[in-house]
Amino acid sequence: MGLHKSEYKGLLGWIDARMPTLMSEYKKHMSEYYAPKNFNFWYYFGGFALVVLVIQIVTGIFLVMHYKPDARFAFESVEYIMRDVPGGWFIRYMHSTGASFFFIVVYMHMFRGLLYGSYRKPRELVWIFGCLIFLCLMGEAFFGYLLPWGQMSYWGAQVIVNLFGAIPLIGPDLAIWIRGDYVVSDATLNRFFSFHVIAIPLVLLGLVVAHILALHDVGSNNPDGVEIKDKLDPRTGRPLDGIPFHPYYTVHDVFGLALFLLAFFAIMFLAPELGGYFLEWNNFIPADPLTTPPHIAPVWYFTPYYSILRATTEDFMWVLAAGVAAYAILLFLALRRPAAKYATLIVALVVVALMIGGPLKLDPKFWGVVLMGLSVVIFFTLPWIDQAPVKSMRYRPAWHLGLLIAFVLVFFILGFLGTQQPTPFYTYIAQACTLLYFSFFFLMPWWSRAGGFKPVPDRVRFAAH
Amino acid sequence: MTMRKLFISLLVAGAALWGIAAHAAKGIHMDPFPHERLKDLPSLQNGARLFSNYCLTCHGASLMRWNRLRDVGLDDKQIKDFLILGTQKVGDVMTVAMRPADAKAWFGKAPPDLSVIARARTSFEYSGPDYLFTFLRGFYRDASTPTGWNNIASPNIAMPHVLWERQGPRETTIERVVHTDKGAARVETVYDQNGVATSSTTPIAGHPEEALDVSFKGADAQRVREFDSDVADLVAYLVFMTDPSAATRVSIGVWVLLFVALFAVFAAWLNRTYWRDVH
Repeated sequence: MGLHKSEYKGLLGWIDARMPTLMSEYKKHMSEYYAPKNFNFWYYFGGFALVVLVIQIVTGIFLVMHYKPDARFAFESVEYIMRDVPGGWFIRYMHSTGASFFFIVVYMHMFRGLLYGSYRKPRELVWIFGCLIFLCLMGEAFFGYLLPWGQMSYWGAQVIVNLFGAIPLIGPDLAIWIRGDYVVSDATLNRFFSFHVIAIPLVLLGLVVAHILALHDVGSNNPDGVEIKDKLDPRTGRPLDGIPFHPYYTVHDVFGLALFLLAFFAIMFLAPELGGYFLEWNNFIPADPLTTPPHIAPVWYFTPYYSILRATTEDFMWVLAAGVAAYAILLFLALRRPAAKYATLIVALVVVALMIGGPLKLDPKFWGVVLMGLSVVIFFTLPWIDQAPVKSMRYRPAWHLGLLIAFVLVFFILGFLGTQQPTPFYTYIAQACTLLYFSFFFLMPWWSRAGGFKPVPDRVRFAAH
Repeated sequence: MTMRKLFISLLVAGAALWGIAAHAAKGIHMDPFPHERLKDLPSLQNGARLFSNYCLTCHGASLMRWNRLRDVGLDDKQIKDFLILGTQKVGDVMTVAMRPADAKAWFGKAPPDLSVIARARTSFEYSGPDYLFTFLRGFYRDASTPTGWNNIASPNIAMPHVLWERQGPRETTIERVVHTDKGAARVETVYDQNGVATSSTTPIAGHPEEALDVSFKGADAQRVREFDSDVADLVAYLVFMTDPSAATRVSIGVWVLLFVALFAVFAAWLNRTYWRDVH
């Protein structure tokens, strides 16, 4: 007959006989996916990110029903949603709060990765897919932010698109190509709408699937950084420290979801602007191409990188060039293979030469863009620059955690400074923080190996509830 | 390090950040808007009346429908009879007859739409309601400007003092501590009821911080109090108009949070029950 012999009865049996994939995938990813039993608070955030993704897609579908991607009507149509569409304010505030929450949960999720070495072998691909998701998310947020067509939407887009103009030779034409006009205009609004509602979400969904599939192939890490697949039950062949994702972690995550919704709804219902951080006040002024606002700041989740961009002044270029030279010397001394040694030296010489001479000599705009880009893509390198013999912070020297917290603090300070008008004092702080930000990553191959490590247990530490 | 230490470190980091933020948020002093007016329907109705009588001649509120005033306790007939001055219908938005081009010719700048002004005027330094409350009470006679009016919250603004009859004549004293080439000085400028300014400068020793202090002397204290109350009502209305669903949102929100909190209790219970098997 060609039918698969099913172990199920009734409707499920009928379906299973014709499409065994359904149940086998359900088992693979849910009921027979063995996750370590010692997950803690930090392991909620991946699930939360998925929830926010669903919130954004569903509310987005309803917003598109009423929103007009037209420079003449865009601002009005958003307020129309807020006032005249039944429940429109709820949908819109869900979406605007969701945008900020997406970054909050993703930053927490990434912090978890740094805390427990979740990106280390064999999970490098999981991390890479995650970083790509993060890039997509930034694109999605950037394109979406133009749509309300307020002053910050307009001038924020203008500033960011102009950054592409800093690229040598093709820059100015590239910026025009992106905008579809000489300034941000209706043409820009329409293409950003297209990117925001279809192009990026498609890529994002594909990457999320890849992220989860890659994770389920190698299995989840845990707060102890112990590979649970190394200790299997000889009878069943299942990890001794693993429990089926469903029902244990589904029920666990439902509780986590309740906590998440408490925070989410508290902000969404009681303070949706969150003091101007979730919805910027200037964005309640309709876009006006003839009036540049005195102070242009991106939304909070971009401000750390924006601070790095602004910290790159002409004077600071000398410090950066010296930093590159010093780092090249460090690498030259540390590397063993002569080819690598000299390749490093040549690359560094070229970079330093470009920084202090030639057409890009001390051009803070160009090098600021380079640094800003680097500050984001540097996360991709973590699986290789982290050389610690153990994964989890629990078994690393206490000062490693101190460095991680210092890094988070630097990230917050840069973020705060990015929301403020630059003053000479703030610029000095931003420059110091920029150096610390990059030192954390660039010196990681050395500091991550240093200090006294504690022995990692064979099995995960777990106290029954 | 334990999780608790990690949390404490993050808290300390947060507190340090808060310190920087608090240091940065130092600016012009704005009088606090009495927020309780937002919940007071008679105040909001009075504000709507003032808005339609005084503001709506030049400023539109083109995102606001007349019949949304049902939310402040008015019915369609009251809106039609008492508030709509022209031939508009209750389902129309609040627009003005003045054309932007004319406005620009007359005032030098088209008056902004006020639909979301309370939000648009908010910044990290001060809240929009506080700004509006200070601004609308901050007009003073200044014979040197084209309209004969000036404003402490928005110097040299093109807008005249539309509500001046309600506020009554006032004398204004502006005291500034400024730094000049010859050191610090206190500059006191008095604008009389007709806006004629007399200024006096006295040098002061040391390095005092630059400062600005404004005081008004109204002839009739009762009238000034009534005016301040009217402005509070007007600002309450402007705040209402900026997000008309805000009151509904907050009242629903409280119930949603209570529901989710209850749900969390049951979810925790369910979770415990399942996890009893895990050893």
